[in-house]
Amino acid sequence: MNDNQLRKELKVTAIENGTVIDHIPSKSVFRVIKILGLDNIDNQILFGTHLDSKKYGDKGLIKVSNKYFKSEEINKIALAAPSATLIVIKNYKVIEKRQVEIPDTITGIVKCFNPKCITNNQNVTTRFKVIDKEDIKLHCHYCEKITKKENIQFI
Amino acid sequence: MKNKSLISINDYSKEEYLKILDIAEEFEKQPTQNILNDYVIASLFFEPSTRTRLSFESAVNRLGGHIVGFTDASSSSVKKGESLKDTIKTVSNYSDLIVMRHPVEGSARFASEVASVPVINAGDGANQHPTQCLLDLYSIRKTQGTLDNLNVAFVGDLKYGRTVHSLVIALSDCNCTFHLVSPVELKLPSSVKRFIKDKNLKYYQYTDINEVIPKVDILYMTRIQRERFADPLEYERVKNSYVLKNDMLENSKDNLKILHPLPRVNEISEDVDTNPKAYYFQQALNGVYVREALIASILGLK
Ligand SMILES: [Zn+2]
Repeated sequence: MNDNQLRKELKVTAIENGTVIDHIPSKSVFRVIKILGLDNIDNQILFGTHLDSKKYGDKGLIKVSNKYFKSEEINKIALAAPSATLIVIKNYKVIEKRQVEIPDTITGIVKCFNPKCITNNQNVTTRFKVIDKEDIKLHCHYCEKITKKENIQFI
Repeated sequence: MKNKSLISINDYSKEEYLKILDIAEEFEKQPTQNILNDYVIASLFFEPSTRTRLSFESAVNRLGGHIVGFTDASSSSVKKGESLKDTIKTVSNYSDLIVMRHPVEGSARFASEVASVPVINAGDGANQHPTQCLLDLYSIRKTQGTLDNLNVAFVGDLKYGRTVHSLVIALSDCNCTFHLVSPVELKLPSSVKRFIKDKNLKYYQYTDINEVIPKVDILYMTRIQRERFADPLEYERVKNSYVLKNDMLENSKDNLKILHPLPRVNEISEDVDTNPKAYYFQQALNGVYVREALIASILGLK
């Protein structure tokens, strides 16, 4: 890590061990916290919004101490923060960096676009198959209708 | 197919639905068989649908089974605000199989996930109506001797007609050629055309029904509903151009059969009824054999 990068990391304070989720769109930081359930855990969490980013101009960032995420767990945030990078830190050192990936199925994060769907009428958790990862098309397991990218609403 | 719910026609492979059609043939030869004596079938109609309900109840009765249930939601605990989950869990205790009709899309899939007994979807809003699809397939195979390599025309509302969607999807496994006749506003959605394209099959789109009549083996007519049009004048303009009259059938193939999911309004003129190519009333009767076959198969009796 060069000095420049290091300074950027330090802006919200470095962590000894844990995970940094970088390159989150600023407006999605609270959404990501909610999707990952970070509002309900005891770990130390630091986050920032509207930080400078070379790549995107503006970004959000979350640091969670002493916590590591499984791929299927972290991929849940892909719809809210498709550009997010996961950085695994041990002993102040970057051990691993990886991009989040849109998962094959999505459970309970977004609403079905169809007002006549059972998930919008009774207490039923939404379930989708991602039939197009580029263009984001979600096929509802229940009503079998497709929710497109522009119609995605988070729960 | 023992214990396998039928929610959407896609739940069954071609091999599986052909098996149901074979069993239905046996029931057509001998419709009354005492095999459901020890079984209770729940018939839950959260919205009224007399035609479908009577067909299911006739099937159960012909097999000597017993029916519990309700014919519309106003006479049930649903009216008191009970959730679908609770209704289904309760009814699972009282029956060996649930047949359900519900106005909300996806309700049948959800019911099949909470029920401890298999569920047959008898229609979930505009989504699926798989037993209609099975009886359509049965009618086509019976009149043509095969489901494969046929020229099939669909006429009318191809956009919202769920029976059309399911049947197109099922016939996409049978190397058929599709002739799609509809007003521009009511064309077959691309989500359904995808199934035809995936199998590299051909489809042609028309706005004039007369063009397809000489070409096809099956003419599947549907109703065009006024409420589907944003502009009422547009409805008035197209409604009479998708009406089938007997004299239009002059140059049709000898093996042509006319199907319709019923009820019809005016899209097939009554002078067609006596033409031997009219098959829609027999088609409805086939629904009983197909439902007998499905119930017997799911309960592991055939
Ligand atoms: Zn849905």
